[in-house]
Formats: sequence, structure tokens, C-alpha cells
Amino acid sequence: MAVADPYLEMHTGPARGYPVFHVVDRGESVEIIKQRTDWFLVRDAGGDEGWVDQAQMELTLNPDGSEVDFQRADLADFTNSKWEIGALAGDFGGANIVSLYGAYSLNPHVSIEAWGSQILGNFSNGWMASANVVHETWPDWRVSPFFTLGAGYIRTEPKSTIIQGEDRNDQVGHAGAGFRVYVTRRFLFRAEYKTYVVFTSRNDNEEVEEWKVGFAFFF
Amino acid sequence: MESRFRVLFLILAAQFVLSGCAATKNLFGFGRDEAPPPTAEPPGQVIDPEVERREIKEPKIDKENFEIGAFAGIMSIEDFGTDLAYGARLAYHLTEGFFVEGTVGQSEAGLTSFEALSGGARLFDDRMLTYYNLNLGYNILPGEGFIGEKRAYNTQFYLIAGLGSTEFADDDRFTVNFGAGLRLLLNDAWTLRFDFRDHLYDIDVLGEEKTVHNLEGTLGFTFFF
Repeated sequence: MAVADPYLEMHTGPARGYPVFHVVDRGESVEIIKQRTDWFLVRDAGGDEGWVDQAQMELTLNPDGSEVDFQRADLADFTNSKWEIGALAGDFGGANIVSLYGAYSLNPHVSIEAWGSQILGNFSNGWMASANVVHETWPDWRVSPFFTLGAGYIRTEPKSTIIQGEDRNDQVGHAGAGFRVYVTRRFLFRAEYKTYVVFTSRNDNEEVEEWKVGFAFFF
Repeated sequence: MESRFRVLFLILAAQFVLSGCAATKNLFGFGRDEAPPPTAEPPGQVIDPEVERREIKEPKIDKENFEIGAFAGIMSIEDFGTDLAYGARLAYHLTEGFFVEGTVGQSEAGLTSFEALSGGARLFDDRMLTYYNLNLGYNILPGEGFIGEKRAYNTQFYLIAGLGSTEFADDDRFTVNFGAGLRLLLNDAWTLRFDFRDHLYDIDVLGEEKTVHNLEGTLGFTFFF
């Protein structure tokens, strides 16, 4: 890559705060070794290696004279990405819940998700695994609302110090709504509300409300 | 008959030679007086560059945003003494500031004062404390650390906080943790990390339910890939 900017500043480390220790003049060329976040480790003709930020690297030229275009995720990728993973935490019927999920988009509107959650309450703990379908009505919006339907299994383990109960496995069904908010790069914020029906072996089914917030990446 | 063929051949040969000369003239730049051949190209296209374009494939840049590592240190489990703690962590760096990190760790609880004094009666048998957490961190204060006169390492201070679960005394407990640490960038891939955390959860093993603080200090190595 040839340097088109008056000069390219090499920092000792991959962040703004690290000092500039070397400068590559216009017309010289550099070789990219690796990238970490928005910083590129480059080597110049003299063998000096240093970190250059993306804004300066974008002003370099390819060997054929064309401008360098470093791919960076944007709002269009937020809409069209295929995969997404994230972590959310919140309240599950009075207990704390910590969840991890993975999603695959069938098209910009519809995706399928798999969730694994740990529920940590005052009287009982539990695990829940579920799968659901998500529909996004306006996937190209920065704040994109969605609706979801799903089903799964919940395992409830009463706490050892309080209740002498038995572990239970029950089926659950759930419906919910929420929104995904594009923050920056591959990063999004997600908040959702779900209402669960636990199909217990007793006479009455249990209903549980859940609120969660968290973050996710798409790729 | 034969002469007719010969004439035809001569004409063809003459045409070939003349056209050849014309080509040579053009080649050496002497063909200026000749009318340019009519072209179908739009008038805007003045120069038709005949430079051979090299097909250049941009090499895939090696992106190193993940950080993986192991750590060991000490953890003070409230009421249960202080013992060795160890674990592993995996981080993903979003920007030069923000990173998300998952950690799993383990420590073994000692005896409470009560258990030690009463000599025998144990509150519970499984003394292992295992935790996991998911955190969001932010790098602040990038700087340089000098070791002696000739060595300087880049350093980075970070603040981190997150949620998770601690399995201790036969139960899982919702755990909040926060802390800070220091990264010493040994080279472009390896990092030495000092990390200090406070893990908070509610526990009722000793009768009344209370919030406990488990302080943990560890030293570890991480690798960017």
C-alpha cells in the first residue's frame, strides 16, 4: 500500500493514547501485518513496525493506484447479516435470569433462535433451553422491533437450604416482543419482554413474565 | 492466364507490404498525416489506455480481535477463608475502548471459624466454588511502563463489570462482579494481565441471608488471535 496522505503515523500500540514513534512519508509503501479493532500493524520499507489507525490507512493507495476500502460493518449489515450471538440478563418471574443465544436469519424479516438460560431465584434455581422464531417488521430501521414465538424445556431445582422439593422438568411455550438497536460496527443492543406458560404436571399451568436486556453481535 | 494470376498476386503482395508499412509508420509515430480510423467510441474517450492492468487480490488481513488466556491468583471467600483461584477467559474487542469478556473460575473454600472451633461439624461437603460471568470492559489510561532503563512496555488500565452465576454450597447464586485490571502488552500478541474483582452474591448458609463480597486478585497471560 502506498502512502497518499502527507504522512502515516506509526504508534507503538493499538490505541490513540500510545505515542507516535515513526512516520512514513508520502509515496513510500507499507505492508499490513494484522488488524486489531480499528488499528493496523504495518511494516514499512525500512522494516519498522507500528500501529496505524483506520482513518489514516483509508488514505493509502493499493499498488494499482486505487483507494483502499476497508470493510466495516454498517447498518446494512445489521439488516442483512446471517448470524447473531448475544447475552442478555434480566428478571424471570422475580428471579434473575442470564441468557445466551444464537440466531440465524432465514431472510431479513424472519430468523430462528436457540436460547440457553440459567435462572437464579431466592427459592429455586433452574435451567431453560428454548427455540423460537422471530419476526422483524422493519428490519432496516436502526431500532428494529420484533415479535417472537417459541417453545422449550425448563428444569427447576429448589434451593437446598429452603425447600425439600424435587427437581422438575417441564415444557414451556412463550410469546414476546422487543427491539434490536444498532449501536456501532457489529454491535447491537437488545431488549425484550416474554410471557411464558409452564406446562406443569399439576392441575394449573404456571405463567411467568420475563424482562431482559443485553447486547449481541452480528456477523 | 498465368500472367493474370501473377498480376493478382503482385497486387495482393503490394497491398500487404503497403499496409505493413502503414502499420510500421504508426508504430514509430510517423503516421501523423494519416487520417485516424473512424471509431465507434464516444467522443469523451480521448485516450484509450492500453496499460496492462495487473489483477490484484487484496490479501485478507489477519484480524486479531479475540483475546484468550488463563489466570491464577487468590480469592477470599467471605467467611470461608482465602485460597487459590484459577480460571480462563475469552474476550472480544469491539473497539479500541470496549471489549466483552466471559470468564470461568474456580476456588476451594476453607473452614468457617465455627467449623474450625467446633471441630467436626461441617456445614456442607462440596467446598468447591465455581463461577462464570459475562462482562463488559472499557480500556482507559493507555500508557507506557518502564522496566529498567532499556525496556518499555505499553500498558492499559481497564474497568470491567458483569453478571453471572456462582455455584457454591450446593446452590447456584446470581452474581454481580466488578473490578479493574492492568494489561502489560509484552509484544503484538501476548499480554500479561493483573486483574482485581469483587464478586457479590446473596447467601444464607450461615443462617441469615446476606450479601457477601468475594475479592479476587489474579495474574494471567492472554493471547490475541
